[in-house]
Amino acid sequence: MLSRTADHLFWMARYIERAENTARVLDVAHRSALLPDDNDGIDARLWYAPLNICGSADGYEEKYGVVESAKVTHYMALDPENHSSIYSSLMLARENARAVRGAITSEMWEIINSMWLDLRRMLPNLDQFRLEGFFDWVKERSHLFRGVTLGTILKDDALYFIRLGTFLERADNTARILDVKYHILLPSVQDVGGAADYYQWGALLNSVSALEAYRKIYRVSISPMRVAELLILRADMPRSLHACLNEVDATLEVINGTTGLEARRLAGELHAALHFTRIEDVFNHGLHEYLTDFLDRTQALSSEINHAYLSMKDDLSSTIRPDRFQLQIQ
Amino acid sequence: MDKFSSSPDASRLFDEMYGFDGAVRAEYQAIAQQLLTLPPETLTQKQRDAELLFRRMGITFAVYGANSSEERLIPFDIAPRVFGAAEWKRLELGLKQRVRALNAFLHDIYHDHEIIKAGVIPAAQVLGNSMYQPAMQGVDLPNQVYAQIAGIDLVRVSENDFYVLEDNLRTPSGVSYMLENRNTMMRLFPSLFSAHTVAPVEHYPQLLLETLRESAPEYIDDPVIVVLTPGAFNSAYFEHAFLASQMGVELVEGKDLFVSANKVYMRTTQGPQQVHVIYRRVDDEYLDPMAFRPDSMLGVPGLFEAYRQGGVALTNGVGTGIADDKSTDLFVPEMIEFYLGEKPLLSNVPTWRLDQPEDLKYVLAHLPELVVKEVQGSGGYGMLVGPTSTPAEIAAYRERLLADPAKFIAQPTLALSTCPTLVEAGVAPRHVDLRPFVLSGKEIRLAPGGLTRVALTEGSLVVNSSQGGGTKDTWVLEG
Repeated sequence: MLSRTADHLFWMARYIERAENTARVLDVAHRSALLPDDNDGIDARLWYAPLNICGSADGYEEKYGVVESAKVTHYMALDPENHSSIYSSLMLARENARAVRGAITSEMWEIINSMWLDLRRMLPNLDQFRLEGFFDWVKERSHLFRGVTLGTILKDDALYFIRLGTFLERADNTARILDVKYHILLPSVQDVGGAADYYQWGALLNSVSALEAYRKIYRVSISPMRVAELLILRADMPRSLHACLNEVDATLEVINGTTGLEARRLAGELHAALHFTRIEDVFNHGLHEYLTDFLDRTQALSSEINHAYLSMKDDLSSTIRPDRFQLQIQ
Repeated sequence: MDKFSSSPDASRLFDEMYGFDGAVRAEYQAIAQQLLTLPPETLTQKQRDAELLFRRMGITFAVYGANSSEERLIPFDIAPRVFGAAEWKRLELGLKQRVRALNAFLHDIYHDHEIIKAGVIPAAQVLGNSMYQPAMQGVDLPNQVYAQIAGIDLVRVSENDFYVLEDNLRTPSGVSYMLENRNTMMRLFPSLFSAHTVAPVEHYPQLLLETLRESAPEYIDDPVIVVLTPGAFNSAYFEHAFLASQMGVELVEGKDLFVSANKVYMRTTQGPQQVHVIYRRVDDEYLDPMAFRPDSMLGVPGLFEAYRQGGVALTNGVGTGIADDKSTDLFVPEMIEFYLGEKPLLSNVPTWRLDQPEDLKYVLAHLPELVVKEVQGSGGYGMLVGPTSTPAEIAAYRERLLADPAKFIAQPTLALSTCPTLVEAGVAPRHVDLRPFVLSGKEIRLAPGGLTRVALTEGSLVVNSSQGGGTKDTWVLEG
């Protein structure tokens, strides 16, 4: 497959997943804002979190300064100037898809295209009161896109690069949500493991569709350490780091060619660590340090995937495919 | 002028279906009986169905200068244009002869200049022409073929008189419409096809693929072939994607390719893969920023040198514009006699060369009757159709022409044949031309048919899709 095609597919999937995750983060912030508030300044902290998770804090501060719910929501959901807003993500997903229309199925194209056209149509009427419906809509369309993809596309490199994009983005997002929210809910490290507000933790779990799973698995009141265990180490939890790395690792194994050895090594290492780590080790190491390290390593893996498969390099040295015609003429 | 004394009589129009005398020609019996007898509502409905099919398949065309990024359909007309087996055979022979001579000419002028030495064509016409590509001098190409894909525009003025309007030897387009028009007709009117023996054209992509395979550098026996497109914003992008997928080869853009040691590679997820044949739909001047326009973002640096060194084949070759330039094109009958020792089977449209003082004088005196074109124009842009232009338009064109007469040629306004066409008022005659596609590899191949273009405006002679022309399915009946 052409590197350019693979690159477009990879980013198309990442942007769809990013839109979904931003919607999840904002949705949970909105729900949390409705809860009784017995803590001074919680509002500002509450609304700073989504900015922090999505890496939009600097851009927001430059534009607005003071953190306010309506502005944060608008900036992260609908602002074209914010390159990681839902609006921008859906636009970029569509642009990537359009560049490789021949490589995706017409059903996939229709979903992505109509998602963008619908967003443009809805835009003038989206105000704060309807945004919760909007977040649900983004999540639903993202689910639909993944379903249509699996239901229609040939199982070859095109699907593999889409899967890589989806799961790398998801792992990145889950790690950020956990990191940021965890430390907001437990401002001092000494408090980790102590009592916490059930609703706030419930909201965190909800943001990654994990509350029901939590109840099913642990059957006890919410404890921060178990939340971390669920979202980091449980392979059966679809948005956990372990589950995402399962997919990334397996997908890299089936992509054709020999250029991705280093990417496979990095993914394998990361995957094995998640597989064999105990949650106590994570906390001994420090959760924030652990997650920071994880984000660095997924970033390195992402760069290596880019280097091995997606980038436009002119390097013939080690990667050239054996070609019998060359042998004949030289 | 007496050199054109045999010009067809413009006052009589030949109709593809009714001839000169109004009786339905044998080839059109079924169309007359089964198609045009349908109630007008049915025909209109079928026409709408056709449009829907085209839209759903995404067969669109972008028009330069129109609202940017706007895509529209080329109107499709449901009444086919039909050729009998015998008349097609004659055309086929004439087309193959013509393309053979044009390729021989290109080989000659990029090698030994025999035709110039023999005094058949003036040296200035070739070597002084801006389309002559000096860097191609002495470059040997596989099969000595320069124009692997040629689109020859033909017009008809009577039962047996066809004229070549233009030879398109650079990056002729339209073949996807030939295929999709047939596809659409078969879906709309399956019964017409069961009653007829219409020669199939669906194998064109296969013929093209064979031609491209044969065009590979000689030491390659299983070449990697790609289609090179300027990108999704090009007016013919649909066709590029269509042909690539029909042939099962990659559709690449310039940035997907790179050159190393005079070989061309595409960047794939499995590392660089060598490419041996590039069916390029990018014009010469944009192909390689190192050799041609340095500002080209569409090309591949170093591609031209790799091509000259035989490291990759380009179809069509570089520098073919010298042969389809409208002022060189006049010499094709001489080329046929010179290279093939044969009598031309197809005629050129009589042409006045405005760099010749006598011709210029005549043309200036007769502008309202003539068609004037730019020597290097294409797509129907920048031409004057005297009989349908206002005095003001003619006066304005005269100014342009006088500024640099050598850039123009003039032709008599031909009485292009008409063909029954479904228009708002019902079925009415409209002028048509024909572009068959001639493929040259180790042998010359031709799918039986071509793209029939129709001028949808009453009386109009301009069939180009960029100027509001439509298309028809073209049938060649089997003998």
